Amino acid sequence: MFKRNNRLIRSLSILTFALSLTACGGGGGTTTTPEKTPEGGETSSLNVPFENTVSLTGAGASFPAPLYQNWFVALNQKVPKLQVNYQSVGSGAGVEQFTAGTIDFGASDTAMKDDEIAKVSKGFLMLPVTAGSIVFAYNLPGVEGLKLSRETYVEIALGKITKWNDPKIVADKPDLTLPDKPITFVHRSDGSGTTGVFTKHLASISEDWKKKVGEGKTVQWGPDGGKFLGGKGNEGVTATIMQNQGAIGYVEYGYAKNNKLTMAAIQNKAGQFIPPTDEAASETLANVELPENLRAFITDPEGEKSYPIVTYSWILAFPKYDDPHKAIAMEAMIQYALTEGQKVAPALGYVPLPANVVEKVAKVADQISPDFTIKVN
Amino acid sequence: MAQSYFSNTDNLKMGERSPLEKILDNGFKWFTFAFALSIGLILINIALIVIVAAFPGIREFNFGFFTNSNWNPVTDEYGVIAVVYGTIVSSLIALLIAMHLVVGAAVFLSEDFIPEQIRIVLVFLVELLAAIPSVVYGLWGIFVLIPITNVFGTWLHSNFGWFPLFSSEPAGAGMLPAGILLSIMILPIIIAISRDSLASLPPDLRQASLALGATRWETIFRVLIPSAISGIMGSVMLGLGRAMGETVAATMIIGNANRLSISILDPANTIASLMANQFSEATGLQISALMYAGLILMILTLIVNILAEYIVHKVKAKYE
Repeated sequence: MFKRNNRLIRSLSILTFALSLTACGGGGGTTTTPEKTPEGGETSSLNVPFENTVSLTGAGASFPAPLYQNWFVALNQKVPKLQVNYQSVGSGAGVEQFTAGTIDFGASDTAMKDDEIAKVSKGFLMLPVTAGSIVFAYNLPGVEGLKLSRETYVEIALGKITKWNDPKIVADKPDLTLPDKPITFVHRSDGSGTTGVFTKHLASISEDWKKKVGEGKTVQWGPDGGKFLGGKGNEGVTATIMQNQGAIGYVEYGYAKNNKLTMAAIQNKAGQFIPPTDEAASETLANVELPENLRAFITDPEGEKSYPIVTYSWILAFPKYDDPHKAIAMEAMIQYALTEGQKVAPALGYVPLPANVVEKVAKVADQISPDFTIKVN
Repeated sequence: MAQSYFSNTDNLKMGERSPLEKILDNGFKWFTFAFALSIGLILINIALIVIVAAFPGIREFNFGFFTNSNWNPVTDEYGVIAVVYGTIVSSLIALLIAMHLVVGAAVFLSEDFIPEQIRIVLVFLVELLAAIPSVVYGLWGIFVLIPITNVFGTWLHSNFGWFPLFSSEPAGAGMLPAGILLSIMILPIIIAISRDSLASLPPDLRQASLALGATRWETIFRVLIPSAISGIMGSVMLGLGRAMGETVAATMIIGNANRLSISILDPANTIASLMANQFSEATGLQISALMYAGLILMILTLIVNILAEYIVHKVKAKYE
């Protein structure tokens, strides 16, 4: 079904042309047949059969919020009759509101747990639409290219290693001159999916961490002493790192990149030191096989070039909507996210989904409405 | 009383009020009563909701909540001593600094040391401080205040490190910058009320004092401030309440460490900031624990208010 649309010619002019064609076609009927462009290529043009404006309300994770806001504004410009509102209230609150059925879709950056899944009576779909990596960013003027082995970064996060010139840090990259300064570890003070993913990774690679701290959206920091500072939100952590010489902390890759923080290369399962880049994160995603329900916890990815801390971020959708227009709107929104949306992701610091994942997600999401077919290429 | 007054003047043949007027009068009375009552009801409603939501936490942790210094959502183990300490100490630092600044500023602004035009501008500027959003205060704290307190804190630690309050190296964000920031935030309300109570003193007081041969300083410190003390104390207590409940600015600058540390140079946390941080992603028992903490904050504020009433009453009695 998707093979049909293999040829990809996606220039903006074609897009606008296709749009104007459908606009001329009027609002009647459903739009399952792809629009043919004069060049013969099929575009991912979005046409919705609405007479009136249809609006979707979503809420949830704050991590993908900048990307989602960007998408939904652009989508609204493209399809003025489709309005999507997204509130970044946090994954937990998003899942809760979604479970209660007060919103049309939820968003979460930690995959829903089994007991949470059981609570949604209507059933739901988990659709990964973007991904991001979490990086160790630090503030040590003059020190570039820090490398941290698995053991070292766990011990820094535990508060066991408290000085920058600790032999263990030096051993990871002996040619660095590290100052005799105390380490301040900066963490999220608010409950967050970022912390959830980060602690999940640490718990999966270290027994010590699992015993002393555990995993969760909020954890108790510093079981072994050391200096810990909490910042609210990714921006809070970023600001705190920038303000404190000798600070190291974990933030979403996008925030570190946009604020030009120095990031450490960390050791993956295969033993390689991987600096956080778009390619390394894509490499990780390519190494993860998504199951049928599209729920995959990436705790410690395989692969020589994989960056170790990467997570998908999901949109939670109902498999059926009472209002058929809403169902179409959902599919249109997801189509946009999987096509145009992926192109803007890297600029905002997110990792584009691998092509096979896009196709899988499209296939799953396509069951929402019988009146709309998601085309991703 | 008003009624009896009017009934006594019936024979003066004042104009009778029409029934419509009476109904309107009564209606207005009940109308205002409804407004007054609704404010009380809102308060009661909030308190009830908080108590109900906190109930599972109260049952689970009981009084152990006050002595446990852990806040661990992973193991569902919660205690508030660290944040209660943080709340009280940061507010006390704020109060200590604000009180001294305020008395000076209020005296200056209510006396005629400088031309009235300049004074009005100054008063306006002080009141404008209250209009700054707390997130802006927080940003200012991060980028301006913390670098300063870092230097000051390092000096304190290296010279007075033996004193428990300064026993750790400053880590940037912490209790001290938070206290200083809070003091600035509560200044406008305290200064405004203090200045008003100084300015509204009857002029006879000042004249009598000067007539008896007192200098201006003696008049200010022995007559004016003692007479206005109830207003000043009241404003200070209002400020304390505000400092304890401040959320956004505190979160941005206090370091959010739920660990009990005596040193004011260490990062700490307050109840309000803890709640703001954790509420959105909290589940199950954590919500109840947060609500329980909120309840404690309400009780702390209530105690402060009662204390304020008591102090004002005491001081007033002394000078009247």
